[in-house]
Amino acid sequence: MGFVELLQSIIPPALFFSAPLIFTALGGVFSERSGVVNIGLEGLMVMGAFVGIVFNLTFADVFGVWTPWISIIIATIISAIFSIIHAVASVSFRANQVVSGVAINFLALGLGVFLTKQWFGKGQTDMVSQPFYTTDIPILANIPIIGPILFQNIYVSSYLAIILAFVAWFILYKTPFGLRLRAVGEHPMAADTNGINVSKMRYIAVIVSGAMGGLGGSVFALTIALNFSHATIVGQGFMALAAVIFGKWHPLGAMGAALFFGFAQSLSVIGGGIPLLADVPQVFLLIAPYVLTILALAGFIGRAEAPRANGEPYIKGSR
Amino acid sequence: MTSNKMFNILVPLISVFIGLFAGAIIMLIFGYNPIDGYVALWQGAFGDLYFIGETVRQVTPLLLTGLAVAFAFRAGLFNIGAEGQVIVGWLAAVWIGISMDAPIYIHLPIAIIAAALAGALWGFIPGLLKASLGVHEVIVTIMLNYVALYSSNAIVRSVLSDNEDKTENVAASASLASEWLQGLTYFSRIHYGILIALLIAILMWFIIERTTIGYELKSVGFNQHASKYAGMSVKRNIILAMVISGAFAGLAGSMEGLGTFQHITVQNGFTNLGFDGIAVALLGANTAIGVVLAAFLFGALKVGALNMPTEAGVPTELVDIIIALIIFSIASSYIIRLLILRFKKEGK
Repeated sequence: MGFVELLQSIIPPALFFSAPLIFTALGGVFSERSGVVNIGLEGLMVMGAFVGIVFNLTFADVFGVWTPWISIIIATIISAIFSIIHAVASVSFRANQVVSGVAINFLALGLGVFLTKQWFGKGQTDMVSQPFYTTDIPILANIPIIGPILFQNIYVSSYLAIILAFVAWFILYKTPFGLRLRAVGEHPMAADTNGINVSKMRYIAVIVSGAMGGLGGSVFALTIALNFSHATIVGQGFMALAAVIFGKWHPLGAMGAALFFGFAQSLSVIGGGIPLLADVPQVFLLIAPYVLTILALAGFIGRAEAPRANGEPYIKGSR
Repeated sequence: MTSNKMFNILVPLISVFIGLFAGAIIMLIFGYNPIDGYVALWQGAFGDLYFIGETVRQVTPLLLTGLAVAFAFRAGLFNIGAEGQVIVGWLAAVWIGISMDAPIYIHLPIAIIAAALAGALWGFIPGLLKASLGVHEVIVTIMLNYVALYSSNAIVRSVLSDNEDKTENVAASASLASEWLQGLTYFSRIHYGILIALLIAILMWFIIERTTIGYELKSVGFNQHASKYAGMSVKRNIILAMVISGAFAGLAGSMEGLGTFQHITVQNGFTNLGFDGIAVALLGANTAIGVVLAAFLFGALKVGALNMPTEAGVPTELVDIIIALIIFSIASSYIIRLLILRFKKEGK
């Protein structure tokens, strides 16, 4: 197998596995930059996957080929609304944010499977008839070498995720809104003194994380899982959370980490076909992303500088 | 004066009430009779001796994972990795259970201790990384959950069995099963493990409330800087707390391996015992006695829920929703306190 063919067999699936993680991790970056820990990313993805699949199954006849696109938009909106629960608990009710996030995970899965049983009479939905399909990107796909590696047989959602990462970076680091959002996460009292509404910023950030988590979950469901059950989202949200921290709470860093995780996941799927990896027991490929994350946290990235007020409810007038 | 103690009892009670009340409303919305639903739940948990036996069986590991999470919480650490510690404990217990040959008074203790040690090791890693490098324990324990899951599956497949999905049963000399208790409960899967779990609850109470170690752990949990200034080793205490917490969760795994199932299977996903342990610890306000009560409540809810689809047509997941709402209520205890205080003022 030549080097180009090797890349051709690794990179498209890596992009394919990364996209949901990138979306969700970007949401996590927004939330945590504003000072709200979001361990509920997993639950937000579950909600997104559930809504995406149910909408797709219900409206496939109405919207035809546009169904997956409308599905992910609806999933984004519903998950954004769902995340308000986390915002209310952790911003207004001063709940322990990690605990509230754990509750979000419980609630999303409970609700999703409960409603699935309610509406479909069984624990899992049928397969969707209108998932996302791979396409070739016009013109770019014809570039020699690069074209087959990056632009043939790929999901458009992967590129959407990468573009959104740059958009998120621009918003957080180049706009007044982003500056305020980060200020609230670093030193809420100082921000408050300067007339920034801390609660409002945090609500917005958590809702953005809900929207992005829902987007990630629905993209996962409509490209990879294709149905919904209790086992559709198993840990992708936690992976996204790891990507947030691995990426040092920076949108592009999170994207890089998510791409790395996607790459590692694709290795465990296609590893058998690669000469060098064919003899490695599959378990090592399976645990590689997790072990590497631990090693990276322990060694390579050093002490990551989390937003300073991350995890602390802001109480006006206290210091 | 409304003392803290009163809140510590009132807040969980109100939270449970909110959860159950919301559950009733959800049942109403979807056209079920909430009374039928809750009667089915109660019957499924305590309806006859068989169900009581099953409830106790479910309570046993939940009690231990609850204690594990609560113990770490007392030292200011969030052990979200009880799940992985349960899995490695389960694996270690079964491994010893099927590979050794010894009288029961040697074999059983060794199998149980192996589980505790495996869990302790799984807790030591995040403890060490937190203490020495400041790596957040939440993220490391989440990662270790997956490492535990996939590695244990691989070991079950290729080391403990010949490429099968489950191991053989543990030797009788390593089993916690009790013919006596089973006969008493129409052959439920109840086993002696509940005694160990209760013993550990007493042990945790003793360590936290009556020893210097417990005092230091609590002190570190309240304020690391003050503890350091007072001459305590913060690092040592963080590691110790995670190791003991992991050992408790590892024991929970041995309850499954030596008691309920007698073997270990390839797991398609997490057991959820560790995650449920978080809920148990929170409801129990991180105290030993509170965790015991909370474990019984959650055990009863989980086992009783299995009866709801057949008796009342309600999906079992309703209980997960109820549990989630209970956690939310407890997390938002600030607002509950505020409401209680306001209510008291107006009452006067």
